[in-house]
Amino acid sequence: MLTYARWKYVLLLVIVLLSALYALPNVFPQDPSVQISASRGAVVDEALKARVEASLRQAGVTAKSVELAGDNLLVRLPDPDLQVKASDVLTPELGSDYIVALNLAQTVPGWLAELGGKPMLLGLDLQGGVHFTMQVDQQAAVDKRMEATAEDVRMLLREKRIGYDSVERRGRTGVVATLGDAAAAEKAREEILRSDPSLQTSIAGNTVSVQMGDAELRQLMLDAIEQNVGTLRNRVNALGVAEPIIQRQGDDRIVVQLPGVQDTAQAKRVLGATATLEWRAVVEGNAYEARDSGIVPPEALLYSRKELGVDGKPVPILLSKRVIASGEQMVHASAGNDPQSGTPAVSVRLNGAGGQRMFEFTSENVGKPMAVVYIERVPEVRIVDGEEVRSTRINQEVISVATIRGVFGKEFQTTGLESRKEAASLALLLRSGSLAAPMDFIEERIVGPSLGRENVERGMTAIKYSFMFILAFFLVYYRVFGVITCVALLLNLLMVVAIMSLFNATMTLPGMAAIALTVGFSVDANVLINERIREELRAGVPAKAAIAGGYDKALSTIADANITSILAGVALFAFGTGPVKGFAIALIVGISTSMYSAVSASRGIATLIYGGRRKLKSLAI
Amino acid sequence: MKPFNLFPYGSNIDFMRLRTVSVLVAALLMAVSIGAIAFKGFNFALDFTGGAVTEIRFEQPVNVDDVRARLRDAGYGNAQVQTFGSGNDLLVRVQPQTEGEVEGGADQNTAREVQQALAIPGNPGTVLKSDYVGPQIGKEIAVNGIWALIFVVVGFMIYISFRFEKKFAVAATLTTMHDVVLVAGWFALTGREFDLTVLAGILSVMGFSINDTIVVFDRIRENFRSMRTGSLSVINAAINQTLSRTVITSFVSFLSMLALYLYGGGSLKGLAEAMLIGVVVATLSSIFVAAPLLTFGPLKVTKQDLMPKARDEEALARRP
Repeated sequence: MLTYARWKYVLLLVIVLLSALYALPNVFPQDPSVQISASRGAVVDEALKARVEASLRQAGVTAKSVELAGDNLLVRLPDPDLQVKASDVLTPELGSDYIVALNLAQTVPGWLAELGGKPMLLGLDLQGGVHFTMQVDQQAAVDKRMEATAEDVRMLLREKRIGYDSVERRGRTGVVATLGDAAAAEKAREEILRSDPSLQTSIAGNTVSVQMGDAELRQLMLDAIEQNVGTLRNRVNALGVAEPIIQRQGDDRIVVQLPGVQDTAQAKRVLGATATLEWRAVVEGNAYEARDSGIVPPEALLYSRKELGVDGKPVPILLSKRVIASGEQMVHASAGNDPQSGTPAVSVRLNGAGGQRMFEFTSENVGKPMAVVYIERVPEVRIVDGEEVRSTRINQEVISVATIRGVFGKEFQTTGLESRKEAASLALLLRSGSLAAPMDFIEERIVGPSLGRENVERGMTAIKYSFMFILAFFLVYYRVFGVITCVALLLNLLMVVAIMSLFNATMTLPGMAAIALTVGFSVDANVLINERIREELRAGVPAKAAIAGGYDKALSTIADANITSILAGVALFAFGTGPVKGFAIALIVGISTSMYSAVSASRGIATLIYGGRRKLKSLAI
Repeated sequence: MKPFNLFPYGSNIDFMRLRTVSVLVAALLMAVSIGAIAFKGFNFALDFTGGAVTEIRFEQPVNVDDVRARLRDAGYGNAQVQTFGSGNDLLVRVQPQTEGEVEGGADQNTAREVQQALAIPGNPGTVLKSDYVGPQIGKEIAVNGIWALIFVVVGFMIYISFRFEKKFAVAATLTTMHDVVLVAGWFALTGREFDLTVLAGILSVMGFSINDTIVVFDRIRENFRSMRTGSLSVINAAINQTLSRTVITSFVSFLSMLALYLYGGGSLKGLAEAMLIGVVVATLSSIFVAAPLLTFGPLKVTKQDLMPKARDEEALARRP
């Protein structure tokens, strides 16, 4: 019969209240703001706040507020024009110690934010966002490959016991090996070709020159940019941006668009940093002497450690020229605690080749020290004589020197990190893959929000019209049940907005279209139910039983139809990108909520209206 | 007060009478669509192809059709011309003709050629910006698309086989593919620009189509269990019983998509158009394709297919 359990009413009430609560943040507009965060080393504190306030005052920019928020300084401004002006003032003033980025700050009241209330993120098409153009340094990719080739040739010759005088890089794309005599050179050439047939070799006397073919070279550059696109995609995913656009532009540029990014400074840091690790053996010798005299043993390179020595300068250390393993060979990295010391650590897993080398090295060198080098490339832009000068600073630091305690292969830990945060951010950078070639930011653009506002208005108009039409139609066609249907549809919309806000989904134009489409699914469920009720009535079933029968009989149909549609949505989400993905998310959420609102919530309302009546003769349907 | 009705009660249209014709028509339309996709191909937008984008500002408003004709004469056959801002600004997207070396010059070159082609007397245009745009969708996406399709087909087959029966699964999946191919065929045939939102639209046609078909199938299954007549009249009854629901749902969905088409602005037009056609096709196909398919050859459904099976027939046979 027509009943609806009390706990279901309570659930309905809770769902309505929660939906309203979490949909609420979308009502609050966002403040244009400038966000200042520290680069490595600098601090964000009251002194910085005073400095920022002073320079803003000097430039005649009145900020709504300047506040310290965690590790950032947030300057809220009354309008976008002042926002840009403030950014222009602050960027040169603060220099390279700080990252100045445009941002949109929430105005959601504290209590609501405390409860986890966040507005939906809007896609670049709806609100604008950051747009970066990055230049890929392809020569660096070639250099890296040639270094590796030279090292491979050395290894190969040693392995095959062919004595050589030297193996050196020559020119842009060549490696020249000098051997004892012509016969050895011929033998070396055969071995090199056997190990890598794609190389071009030639012999002149007792030297073998190894060249990379033009086709391989082009392929290498192409691969480099493709790998960088993939790496950027991973890094952006790690940032939690739902619908980034990462595309190649021209031969050596990559465009990254991050819509609705909350923390653009963080985005720039994560995208821009090219950090990698190298594991190298420690070479015995007096590093202080090497640093002071400049004479470094031939097999070693001079590095400095993170810690400062007694003289106030970083402790120098001599490391082998040979890299045991590098970031490229890493499969996975995760932050955690070292089970022995309890200090922050990064667990690393290497691929087969890296693991093999690590195994070989450690099995021969138990008890000897091995160092981890952290290499970071920080792009810098300076204005010299009115012209932009781009340069890069490369930080190489030995972050840990540990004694090899036992033989290990693919999996091991890196310890010696200062804080959990540092471990986490290092793990993130490592995990997101290494770049095949370094990249510099050459353009940073903020996509204006006015076009976005226009799109939002258009989308809203479309949704408004489709809703108005649907509501009018149902009121006329199904009368009282039309009202129930309308309430169910509106509840559905509220739930979709609430869920998408709660899970930080990004709203885009296709997403709006998907919401319009899920209205269709919700409509379908309601129509199925209403038509079933009519059928029951026609068959002479009493009114209350007809309502209950209508809901019961339509249920399995609705479930089957919606689950198959969700299946399609899941496939779109799993294999789609960009707009397709946004569309899929809105579709999946919308269909799921419509299952509840159309089937259960609307039944509750119908029961509320008709369930209590003793003698119900007819229904307005 | 009598309910307001679109369809009279107890409609009894004999849809099955035309089943051979309707399935043949569907097969023919599908063949035409596949032919159009295979031989004519899609007019892929820059999302897929990459190319040169040139923004040109004219002194007076220009006729877009005229611009297209001029570009065609200059050899840019599939140029995409869009006005933006005021009517004086044009966004022209072409695929650069100069193949091979692109050393920052090719897109400038293309821009110059586009500008020359558009040198309309008395209304000079200035190039505001010219860029090379890489394809947003690479090979990996195409591969992903195929995976998505396989995933959907397998998912449908498993779920529908489990909830209904294998024959229903095959018929529903075939119908959905038919709808998707027809909408894609429309875009190939008319040469409308095929961008990412169109792709999203076509894919969501899939969701709408399967939804529509399942509702009819659900009723067929129910009728098979409750009615004691031949399969043709069972299917006919099911279509008739769900007819007003089918029409109302499609009508409402069509109109909400129409609102999207009319008010959603240029960037949603492709998606809305795909959905508009998709709604019509999916509605018709659930009646004229999906249901008739259940009466042909190996897909012919009988009462036995849907009756609860004896738990263990072998065990029963072994009994004395």
